[in-house]
Amino acid sequence: MGQIFNALKVVVLGIGVFALVLGGIYSITTKLQSRWLEAGQRSLFLGPALILLTVGLIVPAVRTAYNAFFDDTPRHEFVAFGNFVDIFQSHDELTAIRNTVLWVVFGTVFSTVFGLMIAKLADRMRGEALAKALIFLPTAIALVGAGLIWKFVYAPSNQKYGLLNALIRLFHLPRSWGGDGLWLLNPPLNTFLLIVILVWVQTGFATVVFSAAIKGVPDSMLEAARVDGANEREVFFKVIVPSIRPTIITVITTTVIAALKVFDIVKSSTGGNFDTSTIANNVYDHYFISGSPNLGSALAVILFVLVIPVVIVNQRNQSRTRELG
Amino acid sequence: MSRNHRVACVALVAAGILVAACGSDTKSSTTASPTTAVAGAAGAATTAAGAATTTAAGSATTAGGSATTAGGAATTSGAGSTVTTTGSTNADGSPAALVDGKIPCTQQYKGKTVTLFSSIRDTEADQLVAGYAAYEKCTGIKVEHEGSGEFEAQLKVRIDGGNAPDVALIPQPGLMADLARAGSLVAQPDLGQYVKDNYLSGYDQIGSVDGQFYGTPLSANVKSLVWYNPAKFKEKGYTIPTTLDELKALSDKIVADGGMPWCAGIESGTATGWPVTDWMEDFMLRLEGPDVYDQWTQHKIPFNDPKVKEVADAVASYLKNDKYMLGGVKSIAVTSFQNGGVGVADGSCYLHHQGSFYSVFFPKGTTVGPDGTVNWFYLPTKSASDPKVILTGGEFMAITKGNDRPEVKDTVLFMASADYVNAEVQLGSRLSANKHMDINLIKSPQDREVAKLLQSSDVARFDGSDSLPGAVGSGTFWKQSTAWIVGASTDEFLSNVEKSWPKS
Repeated sequence: MGQIFNALKVVVLGIGVFALVLGGIYSITTKLQSRWLEAGQRSLFLGPALILLTVGLIVPAVRTAYNAFFDDTPRHEFVAFGNFVDIFQSHDELTAIRNTVLWVVFGTVFSTVFGLMIAKLADRMRGEALAKALIFLPTAIALVGAGLIWKFVYAPSNQKYGLLNALIRLFHLPRSWGGDGLWLLNPPLNTFLLIVILVWVQTGFATVVFSAAIKGVPDSMLEAARVDGANEREVFFKVIVPSIRPTIITVITTTVIAALKVFDIVKSSTGGNFDTSTIANNVYDHYFISGSPNLGSALAVILFVLVIPVVIVNQRNQSRTRELG
Repeated sequence: MSRNHRVACVALVAAGILVAACGSDTKSSTTASPTTAVAGAAGAATTAAGAATTTAAGSATTAGGSATTAGGAATTSGAGSTVTTTGSTNADGSPAALVDGKIPCTQQYKGKTVTLFSSIRDTEADQLVAGYAAYEKCTGIKVEHEGSGEFEAQLKVRIDGGNAPDVALIPQPGLMADLARAGSLVAQPDLGQYVKDNYLSGYDQIGSVDGQFYGTPLSANVKSLVWYNPAKFKEKGYTIPTTLDELKALSDKIVADGGMPWCAGIESGTATGWPVTDWMEDFMLRLEGPDVYDQWTQHKIPFNDPKVKEVADAVASYLKNDKYMLGGVKSIAVTSFQNGGVGVADGSCYLHHQGSFYSVFFPKGTTVGPDGTVNWFYLPTKSASDPKVILTGGEFMAITKGNDRPEVKDTVLFMASADYVNAEVQLGSRLSANKHMDINLIKSPQDREVAKLLQSSDVARFDGSDSLPGAVGSGTFWKQSTAWIVGASTDEFLSNVEKSWPKS
């Protein structure tokens, strides 16, 4: 009981302080001379966010980048690009980088295509809401949970669970599929089986976003296309898809970033063993398990460099949409 | 919730973010305390029951686990220094002091809290918590235990984040050494002296880093065991092997009779692969002897030395032998270590190499003993006349920087003492290397046998992978041995581990 009361106190106090700060800022800005008004308002409103960004994001990022150029001996000697050279010469790291590329390509393509397909097919269907809700459900599951659930699906046949092996038996399919029922052991199949988990989670998100976008395409435009003699395929590919292009790009970039950072699924299902590791998983292992944080920092820098272009594309896309709107 | 934490939360909420983070933290701590309380109460009840049974042995005291256990010890041991737990008790029968009078029961720590952080969970954690109920009652202190499956990673995060537990129960001396050298732990010379006086020889050395004592031993488990199914052995007329050659011959005979000799599981989340390292260590001790074992763990011979390769090949003749392994060799990499040996109980395999702690993982209703569902034998030495080598594991209690308060030190002292150890052995299978552990108090006859094995060993060595540097011992050794099971060659396995050795 005491704990709950304390928590409530903290929340109430927190909200109170929050309101006070905002109110304070507001009252100060309104009393400012008009000449200072704009500059003052800007700095007062942006200030707290900027400080938090600096402390929480910029400083750690810079520190990580800095550490990437030192080795992991107790003396922390400067090695220039030594860590990066090590990474690109190590079979394990290269496997992780290769896997991350697989995740990005296949995870993104399948989530987007399935999402678009389901959104279109379910559109104006009877029971659309229910269908979409079911597709969306996995999105609400934490990736760790999803990884654990699918670990049971892929479990070997000598255990009491293992849905995939049960299905193989049920339909009398050859046992050699998936390496005698040891699905998670055989690369590169195992990485694709893990990508299925991301697709399972991410398709729901894509479906919901696409569905809303498709409903936003004006009926009059579709009518006009049909009157001009377009068949349903042409309506979809030449009218609907171009109209929702910004949404498609947003979904693709979001999924690419999720796939680049993928960690939870790998950690909870195979722990990165059996050649299924990804960059993010190796970063964690270097940092927290192997005691080689600086090598981990170098890997994190590589990951960061890979994310940058995606973020730029997303930003461009968003500003273009804003101009159009 | 500490004052600092509250301030931090307010600051964050004020910024309009992370309300959820504060909320969830509180939720977890509120749910944690009732469970602890229940476990504590249940434990107290169990201890009392244990006490009631031992009073018949002649002790005058009734309630209060520790006083009674001391009584039991006095009636039975007699050998070595005596466990004279003050002798005096309060009016209600509770002890007046604990640990030979070193900790008086005057409610001196009322309102104070000590936090323990470990990798121990479930049944084992309940037993750990139940054991210190007497100490809490005696001093008024509150000891909070938290077990995590990601202990190794979380401990570093918590120490780096300024949120260190008062006491970390570290199962790897190697990790403890890393932390000690980084200045995250506080040396405890007094506790070191206590351990030197009261523990099996060598234990004060294991807990020391560069000549300073940090790690007070908590529990000790015996690794060198092979679990088997006595009924099936009797049915087939198999006998317990006394040399490694006999073990091999038995395995082959089981295959010839159409059975599956071994089962194993090495999957363990982040720590996948660790059971393989136990096989390697046990065989290293038996084939090459303790001296080479020490050279190996201290990296005086390289990890891919021909001697190590010989050991790995011997292990491979079991672990990487498709004729021996239930479900095939590769399947053990995706079978959790908890499930690894359950086949012994249901008869689907005959043998399983795992430590004494494994008894809790057998299905409910499994009995241990010569006439039970399962039993164990000592993994034999190379020849019957070799000294009896034994591999042990266990946790070490390390006090973190800035937290060496008197109540924290006393908590560690209590948990290392015969009072705690003898309360623990009555609750379950958590044994100790404390010389005053009273074998006769151990509930299950089989645990008593394990304790006897522990105390009778000629040469004991601590789990080698746990004393290697963290990068190897809880990193590449696990990872590479997993890859080895799944298909990598012995040379690849050993040279990859060698390559990963931290440069100094």
